Amino acid sequence: MFAYYFDLAFRSLKRNKALTALMVLAIALGIGACMTTLTVLHVLSGDPLPQRSGSLYYPQIDPRDMVDYGPNVEPPEQLSWVDGMYLLHAKRAARQALMTGGMVPLQPTQSTVDPFQAVALYTSSDFFPMFGVPFKYGTGWVDTEDEGKARVAVISASLNDKLFGGKNSVGQVLRLQETAFRIIGVLGDWHPNPHFYEWYMGSYASDEDVYLPLTTARDLKMEHDGSTDCWGNSGGDPEHLETVNCTWLQFWVQLDTPASVADYKSFLEHYSQDQHTAGRFLRPPNVRLRNLMQWLDYLQVVPSDTRLQMWLSLGFLAVCLINTVGLMLAKFMRRASELSVRRALGASQRALFGQLLIESGVVGLLGGLGGLLLALFGLWLVRQQPADYAELARMDIAMLLTTLIIAVGASLIAGLLPAWRACHVAPALQLKGN
Amino acid sequence: MSLHPILAALRKHKAGVVLIALQIALTLAIVCNAVFIIYSRVEKVHRPTGIDESNLLLITQQWVGAPSMDTPAGVQQLDSMLRQDLDTLRRQPDVTSVTSITSLPLLNSSWVGGVAVKPGEQTPGKNDVHTAMYFGDEQMIGTLGLQIVEGRNFNASEIAHKGMRDQGEPPIVIVTQDLAKRLFPDGSAVGKVVYFDGSSTPSTIIGVVRRMQTPAVGWGDNFTWYSTLMPFRINATFSRYAVRTRPGQLDAVARTAAAALYNGNPLRVIDEDDGVKRFGDIRGDAYRADIGMAVLMGVVCLILLAVTAAGIVGLTSFWVGQRHRQIGVRRALGARKIDILHYFQLENLMIAGVGAVVGVVMAIGLNRLLMSKFEMQSLPVYYVLLGLLVVMVLGQIAVFVPARRASNVPPVVATRSV
Repeated sequence: MFAYYFDLAFRSLKRNKALTALMVLAIALGIGACMTTLTVLHVLSGDPLPQRSGSLYYPQIDPRDMVDYGPNVEPPEQLSWVDGMYLLHAKRAARQALMTGGMVPLQPTQSTVDPFQAVALYTSSDFFPMFGVPFKYGTGWVDTEDEGKARVAVISASLNDKLFGGKNSVGQVLRLQETAFRIIGVLGDWHPNPHFYEWYMGSYASDEDVYLPLTTARDLKMEHDGSTDCWGNSGGDPEHLETVNCTWLQFWVQLDTPASVADYKSFLEHYSQDQHTAGRFLRPPNVRLRNLMQWLDYLQVVPSDTRLQMWLSLGFLAVCLINTVGLMLAKFMRRASELSVRRALGASQRALFGQLLIESGVVGLLGGLGGLLLALFGLWLVRQQPADYAELARMDIAMLLTTLIIAVGASLIAGLLPAWRACHVAPALQLKGN
Repeated sequence: MSLHPILAALRKHKAGVVLIALQIALTLAIVCNAVFIIYSRVEKVHRPTGIDESNLLLITQQWVGAPSMDTPAGVQQLDSMLRQDLDTLRRQPDVTSVTSITSLPLLNSSWVGGVAVKPGEQTPGKNDVHTAMYFGDEQMIGTLGLQIVEGRNFNASEIAHKGMRDQGEPPIVIVTQDLAKRLFPDGSAVGKVVYFDGSSTPSTIIGVVRRMQTPAVGWGDNFTWYSTLMPFRINATFSRYAVRTRPGQLDAVARTAAAALYNGNPLRVIDEDDGVKRFGDIRGDAYRADIGMAVLMGVVCLILLAVTAAGIVGLTSFWVGQRHRQIGVRRALGARKIDILHYFQLENLMIAGVGAVVGVVMAIGLNRLLMSKFEMQSLPVYYVLLGLLVVMVLGQIAVFVPARRASNVPPVVATRSV
């Protein structure tokens, strides 16, 4: 029966090519636009570390003075050196890492490569195990190297390719800002998106070239990039960033159980209370402990233009679907005589309804396939844009299936009303007319 | 012509009528808002920065192994390196003027501070006026092609230099007209005193330039035109130079400038892609996303209108086919071709009219919704009225072909098999 209905559907669609083409095209355009923007949104709001994101948390405390204080004011997005170092050394979480980004002049020993500004991340030893960073060669550094301000560096796979032709460079020397660093590790393939742990670099920007101990970077007075937010009368004098009233460090902790999350939150509150009592924090305790996905949500990393485009394309799909409902209605009503013959020959209303729905499903399938091609083209267009997320705009299997399901589902919904109306045709009356 | 028969006929096609009207309403709502977004973006992209944008280059370079910018000796050394670079660039053929500068409009690399008319006012909050600061020498105004509307430019003797992190406010500054009006709403700002970043050191305004945009792109919309020019060469391990060339010589200078600087002092890095930038490219980079958004909106609008028109053609064609016999009867009873044509045109006008009125309400509602979720202004009324007109005309154009076909139905059809 199913096969027969398919056959009928194809025959009927072939009979009126212009109308069929119009319906398929409308669905294809709507689906194409929708899936392009949904794919971009899906990529941009994805989970950067699917296996770990549930146990990664971003603690915030509020060390500022009373200027601009009010109820429900959010704490600063970063930590000061004093607080960051305290929380880091307190080791109250399973793992914790303090970090900030910067640019550091790199003077290659290879004469073929000109000196350039390398993108650096200054962090602490837990960074690598906490985020599950894969290593191609060597390892990260350890606690004692953080404390000893060791001149050690971990480099990215792409920098290793550029400087050492992809060979194992562990033990080699890297000259950064006139200082010799020993390479102890080369990262494997690691590109979390969004670039969640240090978002001032750009949420979807390419990753760092070199990773250095934060203490070493401060020892060598390396430039720190990103935001430095100060309060009171302190300027962001980079020479004395350890002591000024400025927040400029980002801090992540790993908390594996709900109990440890609650413990950590009360630890933050106690710390804030102690500092408040001691007169260092002027505000009463004001802490937040968001997990990774909540943090990304809070930062609104997805560009507002992308969200606007998504809503626009949903509206567009709605218009295309209404258009298809209208055309389908016209098409089905026009076939009243054919349908009434089938009714007179014994087909039930339910059978007619099924037949017509299959016909709309076929339109949806064709429209979905067209929409898929349009979406692939749309994503190609997005990739030609200069936005930092452009390269990520690719369709995956999940989105591909979603496209087809949405297309068929939408056209079935669009076919409901026309099919319902058409299958109520009276068997005899229409026969009489001819 | 009486509306009664049209209404009676429409009552028989309720579903179709509602669908077309709804489609027109949605199209109107989306197109109005999309066109408004296009207009806002285009307006933003086309606003002049206030500088003379042609024949202008920006060079960014970084010294390798430079002395510290935090010791007086290091700053002296950095300043002499900077002056050497300025000298090198000024001696290039086809270069008319050069200034050291910390940023340019639309560069998205800014130095933002607060400015107040009272000393020591560390006032984050309502009274705080943000300003973007440009640090350069006496050739800054000329190189950028800024227009002084009041007061005067800096003299060469008034230009000082300081390390990038050194505190200290300049004794004199030049501000934009917008900032001058904001600080001194009543009367001239020239000769008046302001205080930067809550300092208690006064800075006297010696000149006012007509217009100069801040470097901010995509943020800082509340102080877009509040720029301040400061008479300092800033000494750091990197430096920027704005270079004005003779007309038509921009590309030639862009090709040779980096080599000339390397020639004078090879211990530096000038990025191959971004080290030497034409101002046109800076502007292009700053607004590329806005232009992309405007183009996308435009394409969506066109397709939407086309889909809606096609829908009207399809559904009206169906109605014409269905009423074939009635049309024949009307023709046989004496109706002229033009009457049949007008019948369908009037019918469409009524449907599109209802759809458009609903669409106007939806357009305004959608605009309110977008305003609450995104940065968007209130939709002007004439946009909605224009949109209303467009969809009505579109409906008339779309209905013309099927209506013509209807008017060509011969009266003899009436006599066939009833």
